[in-house]
Amino acid sequence: MLVFFPAPHVFHCEPTNMAACSVEELLAKAEQEEAEKLKSISVQKELDLEFDVGNLLACDKNRIETRDLREKKRNDFLRALARDNTQLLINEIWKLPTERVEEVIVAKLPEQTTRLPREKPPPKPKPPTKWEQFAKLKGIQKKKKTNLVWDETAKEWRRRWGYKRANDDTKDWLIEVPETADPNEDQFAKRNKAKKERVAKNELNRLRNIARAHKVKTPGEGLLPKAQQSKDELAKAVSVAKTSTASVGRFQDRLPKEKPPKNSGKKRKFEPLIGDFNSEKQKQLELLKIMGSKTPKLDITKAVNTQMREEDREEAAARRRKGAGGKGRKGNTAGRGKGKGPKGKGGKAGGGGGKRRGKPGKH
Amino acid sequence: MTQLDGIVKPKTKRSKRFLESRAPKLIEDVKNTMIMKGGNTSQIVTTALKDIYSLKKPNAVLYKKKNITRPFEDSTSLEFFSKKSDCSLFLFGSHNKKRPNNFIFGRMFDFHVLDMFELGIEKFISLSQIKTSKFPEGTKPMLIFAGEIFDTDNDYKRLKSLLIDFFRGPTVPAVRLAGLEHVLHFTTLEGKIYMRSYRCLLKKSGCRTPRIELEEIGPSFDFVMRRTHLASDDLYKLAHRQPKALKPKKKKNISHDVFGTSFGRVHMQKQDLSKLRTRKMKGLRKRKGEVVDEDQEPKVAKVES
Repeated sequence: MLVFFPAPHVFHCEPTNMAACSVEELLAKAEQEEAEKLKSISVQKELDLEFDVGNLLACDKNRIETRDLREKKRNDFLRALARDNTQLLINEIWKLPTERVEEVIVAKLPEQTTRLPREKPPPKPKPPTKWEQFAKLKGIQKKKKTNLVWDETAKEWRRRWGYKRANDDTKDWLIEVPETADPNEDQFAKRNKAKKERVAKNELNRLRNIARAHKVKTPGEGLLPKAQQSKDELAKAVSVAKTSTASVGRFQDRLPKEKPPKNSGKKRKFEPLIGDFNSEKQKQLELLKIMGSKTPKLDITKAVNTQMREEDREEAAARRRKGAGGKGRKGNTAGRGKGKGPKGKGGKAGGGGGKRRGKPGKH
Repeated sequence: MTQLDGIVKPKTKRSKRFLESRAPKLIEDVKNTMIMKGGNTSQIVTTALKDIYSLKKPNAVLYKKKNITRPFEDSTSLEFFSKKSDCSLFLFGSHNKKRPNNFIFGRMFDFHVLDMFELGIEKFISLSQIKTSKFPEGTKPMLIFAGEIFDTDNDYKRLKSLLIDFFRGPTVPAVRLAGLEHVLHFTTLEGKIYMRSYRCLLKKSGCRTPRIELEEIGPSFDFVMRRTHLASDDLYKLAHRQPKALKPKKKKNISHDVFGTSFGRVHMQKQDLSKLRTRKMKGLRKRKGEVVDEDQEPKVAKVES
């Protein structure tokens, strides 16, 4: 392998040593050959190009003479410029580490340096589900389970869950009636019903996790159907259903022995205009006494704390608003886009209704 | 799929996979392009659109029907299309008397228009007019931008970023050295942008790096910049925000000095130096039951003698 010398050395040729002179000649020749070889791939530029090899990108900032771009010579000039720039980019790419992948030489590309905008905003991390929170609290690790389980009755490997699973409860062809059970009860139906209830419960929990993740409101306690509902929950469900009419339950009939709902009165009570004079007098005198006394009605520390909290909240809101001012454009357009959806539907319904209304008008 | 407040809950595995492919991800896949025609198009515009579609296959969709919209006035129709087809780059070609042979290059962020550039085609040579052998579609092209205007003028900076986004292919960790065939060269001068596409021939040179010869193939465009619609700086910055998980984790307590030696830092608790055991001295070892009183011992010895 020939060695490339960076600069020409000046050898002092001793007249007595003929071998030294020939070595000098050889070295000079080798140098010349190397320079010639490199000439084919070297390109002279005023300013170096900026490379982003991760993207196979090169930027040339050199000045382009206007006269080179005249009509006739344009394509040739552009082609020559492109050739030079491509040569430099290829030189850069060839400097990268290579490896052999299935009889093909492949160069490993570095990280991209140009920052380009994303397509969609980065995903928000999902809040953990109820079980995940509990597992984190208790320190329960996920155990890797096998896909197949040995089924003793069928004497083969079956799935742990899914179609044709192992040890399927509902697929038993013979169920012994336990001694404590009612002889007329259908045991098969009982097992099927239990399974359906488990599935429904699982689905409910899954939807609740999703609702919690998306911060969607769900109906409160007792208003969702459950297997066993307590008396209070049933009463609450009844009262909510009763008041969910257009006239807020004022004209709903009541069952013969149904009691009126408690805790449904006014939340604030006012004294009648002409009531107990004595108590009214007492109240007014007390009020005057408090106003006349020197003790401050205002608890200073409490007031200061509330004020500081208010200020903190305002600061946080202002900071959020400043960040949202940049996000505001996006937020605005997002709102606009979302707003168009239901509006569009409403518009269509209105248009359809209008059309229908028009026709009888003609007659 | 049932919809509730815009949240779609998939009922089948297939629909779940589809939704997951469209959901925002940490590391995004290649951006898709939609290529569409405006109310009126000329022969040049249709051929040009077809050529760019063939350059960008398979990450592009070419719509055949004409869409009577004006992107610069009302971009809702474009946004709707991009949402339906999950494309974040678009190319809209149209032709009218005021703006002949018009191309609008644009990109979206979160299915809302981020940047739009209107470029007019002054001269166009199509793929079919240049009779040379072509390379397979899907090759990742090398992009070269020439002209200092691409770095000085703000409009041109954004245009450069959009063109990079548009024409670079999928992000790959490694590239086959023999497969570097396609070169796209953009030159700017005096408000005009020249786009040329070449095929790269790697010739033998004396050393390892080959010598390049270029052969013109592919469409060649002479663009002139018309209108632009740039995103505000805040939106642009927001679009560039990367999730924290992608940032490389810093290793704490490790530092390097000038010579390349790496130093580590070990944090220890406070030690009680009086209880520090150094060397074993049998004589000083405390024996059971005996009280070592150094002052008393010599006194005792004196008395005895």
